[in-house]
Amino acid sequence: MAYEEVINELNLKDTELRLGLPGTDEQAEVSCVKSNKRQFHQSNDEHNLKEEYPPPPAKTQIVGWPPVRSNRKNNNKSVSYVKVSMDGAPYLRKIDLKMYKNYHELLKALENMFKFTIGEYSEREGYKGSGFVPTYEDKDGDWMLVGDVPWDMFSSSCQKLRIMKRSEAPAF
Amino acid sequence: MNYFPDEVIEHIFDFISSHKDRNSISLVSKSWHKIERCSRKRVFIGNCYAINPERLIERFPSLRSLTLKGKPHFADFNLVPHEWGGFVHPWIVALAKARVGLQELRLKRMVVSDESLELLSRSFASFKSLVLVSCEGFTTDGLASVAANCRHLRELDLQENEIEDHRGQWLNCFPESSTALTSLNFSCLKGETNLAALERLVARSPNLESLKVNRAVPLDALTRLMSCAPQLVDLGVGSYENEPDQESFMKLMAAIKKCTELRSLSGFSEVAPLCLSAFYPICQNLTSLNLSYAAEIQGNHLIRFIQFCKRLQRLWILDSIGDKGLEVGASTCKELQELRVFPSDLHDEEDNDTAVTEIGLVAISAGCPKLHSILYFCKQMTNAALITVAKNCPNFIRFRLCILEPNKPDHTTSQSLDEGFGAIVQACKGLRRLSVSGLLTDKVFLYIGMYAEQLEMLSIAFAGDTDKGMLYVLNGCKKMRKLEIRDSPFGNAALLADVDKYRTMRSLWMSSCEVTLGGCKRLARNAPWLNVEIINENENNDLMERNEEDEREKVDRLYLYRTVVGARKDAPPCVTIL
Repeated sequence: MAYEEVINELNLKDTELRLGLPGTDEQAEVSCVKSNKRQFHQSNDEHNLKEEYPPPPAKTQIVGWPPVRSNRKNNNKSVSYVKVSMDGAPYLRKIDLKMYKNYHELLKALENMFKFTIGEYSEREGYKGSGFVPTYEDKDGDWMLVGDVPWDMFSSSCQKLRIMKRSEAPAF
Repeated sequence: MNYFPDEVIEHIFDFISSHKDRNSISLVSKSWHKIERCSRKRVFIGNCYAINPERLIERFPSLRSLTLKGKPHFADFNLVPHEWGGFVHPWIVALAKARVGLQELRLKRMVVSDESLELLSRSFASFKSLVLVSCEGFTTDGLASVAANCRHLRELDLQENEIEDHRGQWLNCFPESSTALTSLNFSCLKGETNLAALERLVARSPNLESLKVNRAVPLDALTRLMSCAPQLVDLGVGSYENEPDQESFMKLMAAIKKCTELRSLSGFSEVAPLCLSAFYPICQNLTSLNLSYAAEIQGNHLIRFIQFCKRLQRLWILDSIGDKGLEVGASTCKELQELRVFPSDLHDEEDNDTAVTEIGLVAISAGCPKLHSILYFCKQMTNAALITVAKNCPNFIRFRLCILEPNKPDHTTSQSLDEGFGAIVQACKGLRRLSVSGLLTDKVFLYIGMYAEQLEMLSIAFAGDTDKGMLYVLNGCKKMRKLEIRDSPFGNAALLADVDKYRTMRSLWMSSCEVTLGGCKRLARNAPWLNVEIINENENNDLMERNEEDEREKVDRLYLYRTVVGARKDAPPCVTIL
């Protein structure tokens, strides 16, 4: 793909900030600052590449297409992609909430994405057993603990996700 | 038959209600023409500019029920300027002046004003039924006049109109003596209603069969409404985003259980899954279900609901139901006649693999032998699937397929979808309405012209290669009435080949095609019985003042229609009638 040729040509490694002495070639960890978002994209699946290179504009700019009445267009909530941030991570991710049917699947996916473990949820004590707490911003702008409300209610009101470090979330 | 006295013939004609049949009767002889026209009660006018109200009244003095349509179909998709026309006011003025005993008025895509509604409400003492579909230009004040003054009002049905909601007390305007309501639909109103007035109105309307409320009617109000109207056959509910608490849920379920006559359910602009499940007890009675506005609800909830709906004949749903959901529908809804699957992801921002594909379409065609009408939005299609669908369902009367990406080919073979649509028109001998999409060459139109003998309405977008395509259709489809084309390479040669063809059609729409101003002018010269309208929303609107070389300029939007009353006088500046 032309995309990768461009990346290689730019020789981005020279401008990359890493922990460690110059000349060493370790894989930087998630928590390190990387100046180059593109390298991150390179190692990921096609899913994100499509976001980087969206389909031709024609699709979204044709007047009166698709042939759907405007009252239907207004009704449709367009996206269920939400941003996910993790304390200490240099860049955010985006996930499609509609891909998950319940909290279990969502939390597993987050664990995989950010390489950490979430503790056990209990209504009384929130998440125990790890250094991280999943929270989300709801339609009212409040930050809530993930898991309190039924999944459907959560997935329709969740605007943003934030995986907080326990040290920053004393209330939970 | 001519030996019978007129009253007997008239009585016989009373049994003939279809417009087509009555039109045919009137052509038999002078005496039949006279008897027919003097006794005709219901008139349908597909294009309000084809005739004028004076001539209508002159011909049909006993008119009781009038249906009028205004803007062309593509107005639904913002392709027609707001001010284009289709005003009902002159009609109401003329009918009032002639003291026609109007009882029923049905309007589609027309501009209605509060003034019109006020005049309507005061001019026809026996007025019973007002049905407005996709209309605009009025407010709840106009509704208040109708409620207040139409003493015998039975039906007020507002479908998908743009109504300015003054949040007034229009529901309060129904007098206490008004108890004849059979149908009330205000689902398209955006604002809050006076719930107390609504409940009182419903409580004193024992004949109310159809009630469709708007999104602002909360769950407890809905419960109360259903409790005092258990005779309801057709119910449209509001918006229920939040899960109900235990008590509300139990009350709702109890009220629903009492509605044993309920056959049709709609509304649900938002619905929490628990709310939806309250309707399970009456699912098995439903013949019509519209969940196509419930954008947030996940496929699995929809599937669970549909599993109970064994008697469903009409289903309108979102594509989030998925192929799996349609497979469930295919095995459950054996009585299904009409299916509409609308797109839920209009901005294509989701990599959504759960939306329907050709698989769902094939499944539903295989499982539902009575299916005759379909509108299907999807992201991909194959010829093989369409060929299978054609084999499974030769009874289609309406087949509308919209592949969301223009020019998209068969995703397994990368070929055009000519063969697939060709199979549909060949197998479905009774096909009256067709919408095509995806990658299509002139060949599909060859098939359509050859096989679609009953086709009356055809919608084309981003299809075809040359004028031949359009010519195949114009030459082949003898029953064509409405042809609408956008973004296709058809030009003057096709437009002008057979001018007399347009005598047999109601209208032709062409936008972003290859026809030029010169071609349109020539058409207008050769066919004075046509109104040839050029719609142009650019700054320099005065086309007639342009010099000759602009005749080669392509026309952005062309709308032509036969008429017996010449050019209309109410066209806005952006419309030029040649």
